[in-house]
Amino acid sequence: MSTTHERVEGHLSQSLDNLRTDELLLNMGPQHPSTHGVLRVVVTTDGEIVKAAKPEIGYLHRCFEKHSENVDYMGVAPYVDRLDYLASMNNAMGWAIAVEGMVGIEVPRRAEFIRVIVAELQRIASHLMSFGTYGLDMGAFTAFMFGFRDREMILDILEMLSGARLLYNYMWIGGVSRDITPEAIEKIKTFLDYFEPKIDEYNTLLSFNKIFVERTKNVGVIDVETCHTYGLTGVMLRGCGVKWDLRKEVPYSIYKEVEFDVPVGSGEMGTLGDCWDRHIVRMREMKESVRIVRQLIDNIPSGPHRGKVGKVVKVPAGESFSRTECPRGELAFYIVSDGSAKPFRVRCKSPCFLNISTLDELTRGVMVADLIATIGSLDIVLGEVDR
Amino acid sequence: MIPSDSVVMTSVDEVLSWGRRNSLWPLTFGLACCAIEMMATGASDYDLERFGCGVFRATPRQADLMIVAGTVTLKMASRIRTLYEQMPEPKWVISMGSCSNKGGPYWHEGYHVLKGVDRIVPVDVYVPGCPPRPETLLEAVMMLQKKIRVQKSSMGLLGSLRAQA
Amino acid sequence: MTFEEIQQKLQTKFPQGIQGVEDTVPEKSLKINPSEIVAVIRFMKEEMQFETLGDLCGLDYPALSSSCVAYHLQSYTHKKVVRLKCYLPRENASIDSLTCLFKAADWLEREAFDMFGIHFNGHPDLRRILCPEDWVGHPLRKDYQTPDYYNGMPVPLYFDNSTEPASGSAKT
Repeated sequence: MSTTHERVEGHLSQSLDNLRTDELLLNMGPQHPSTHGVLRVVVTTDGEIVKAAKPEIGYLHRCFEKHSENVDYMGVAPYVDRLDYLASMNNAMGWAIAVEGMVGIEVPRRAEFIRVIVAELQRIASHLMSFGTYGLDMGAFTAFMFGFRDREMILDILEMLSGARLLYNYMWIGGVSRDITPEAIEKIKTFLDYFEPKIDEYNTLLSFNKIFVERTKNVGVIDVETCHTYGLTGVMLRGCGVKWDLRKEVPYSIYKEVEFDVPVGSGEMGTLGDCWDRHIVRMREMKESVRIVRQLIDNIPSGPHRGKVGKVVKVPAGESFSRTECPRGELAFYIVSDGSAKPFRVRCKSPCFLNISTLDELTRGVMVADLIATIGSLDIVLGEVDR
Repeated sequence: MIPSDSVVMTSVDEVLSWGRRNSLWPLTFGLACCAIEMMATGASDYDLERFGCGVFRATPRQADLMIVAGTVTLKMASRIRTLYEQMPEPKWVISMGSCSNKGGPYWHEGYHVLKGVDRIVPVDVYVPGCPPRPETLLEAVMMLQKKIRVQKSSMGLLGSLRAQA
Repeated sequence: MTFEEIQQKLQTKFPQGIQGVEDTVPEKSLKINPSEIVAVIRFMKEEMQFETLGDLCGLDYPALSSSCVAYHLQSYTHKKVVRLKCYLPRENASIDSLTCLFKAADWLEREAFDMFGIHFNGHPDLRRILCPEDWVGHPLRKDYQTPDYYNGMPVPLYFDNSTEPASGSAKT
């Protein structure tokens, strides 16, 4: 004897046989709380299943490359800050290293130490932001609050050094613009002692939380072959198990003198290369950044904080392609100089641009909620995508 | 007809403007770097919620304050206009940061940057800075609250009732 | 693997393909014949372990009346980046697309088209990516003039010889 439930189901399935369905074209428009900026995704769905998700960018195209042809090399630095505005110090370091490589400027050791300390602190701040907003996307508002609380402490330190909270213009060509003070060093040490146990706390709160794991494991799986064909670098590549970090493989600045590990994904919760792997790689990278800063903070050598650079940096004619490891991947600057005070052409290759182009391939046949989880794990910043 | 400066209307005005200025619900409208400072203002250290701007609405139909935080590009401009028109009256706009004030650092060669969001929507408060500190945004919200206080709100309500009659 | 070894290997395999070396500092580039670029890059990807396309961008040389496409191929095995440049005529520049080899080329070529007007033959969906669809002109060319208006909105802050900001502020 069939139950009521079975009779209803039978009736429904009969009436659904002749039902005509169609795909829905949904516009996850430029203004959306979980697109991490002004990204538009044109989603074609069949009910809850995503058939295609095509990202449309350009809503924050601020003409960086045109501006860089009209100001001199020092003047490009504030524009470079605004590319990936969550990791300005790393961008600025990339630009400074690119120009110093072309001119052949010797950066003093004190400046190198300060640069690496500040860049690693900025990496922690950027990953905290990624942790906070990813938690927010998944519905965990507490992660957002905790991430911002600790990020404020880093911003206080960086404000002591440079005078600004978000866009610093601190890494000048030849060194840094201001010296580090003993108060700042004490504050950094206090912060490191406070923050290191917090990473384990955040892992317990979010990373190993059953709901978060269920939402992010086996979602957005990417393999090494796809990474190579799309040109993905950084956490996208390390999440697939490839131990490639520019700071170790092609070291710049003083990275060859510090000891740190390169965390990689291993598929411990689901599949190798899924969203959870990328998230845990970011959390473990924060620990490694703390380790790097601890090795450097007590041993800063004395000396000038900037090399001898004139008011106008004269770059000889030539071309250079220089890459640095930023929190979102490998940021590269291709500078073409014709010997004058202004660059002839500056090309910024941004890692997020290539990351977001994989969205369509990663989200075929998943549910709409998984689409949000995948976008969050790519950790994009639209300032860098659109330049 | 009730004159506009009578005692009865003044009290209604005061109550309405008290309600409006102390529960401004912003629209989640961060475009660029200023959006991060807006999020920091809403987070625990600077806490925008104590000014009544507690809940950031994702849809313009339930918001009454649009904080344009970040660079406005020509591609985005039509969307900003659409969002502004979707917000119900009364509505206010705060232009946060140099980019939405007058184009910011991109004013010279920015072929794709709109030099100021006031070219497409009317702005009530301008916040200078690149990006402005959270305290500056809080002052802007307080300034907007003062502006709402002196606005005569009830005449608009009566006017629409008169038009329907 | 040094630049000279790479150059030697490519010169032997593609005697017509390699047009020369640009002796720039600090890094040199290889000038490639545009008609053989796909074959050269396929050889570098499959035989010389250059697994990734690091970057693809356009350049504009009005003094030489040419546009250029610069490719940066990256190798994880050799930890090296090599730059290949293809010079094209400035008007109606067109070159074969790399989308058959690298999916990264899809968006990168769209950007080169948007900014410089270089046409990529065989690209599945060549349209503007950063500028709006109805944008006129290619912004990163050296002779580009910023338009005065776009869809009724004034574009520059000041029009020529004026100290007043360009008008057109919207009122409801």
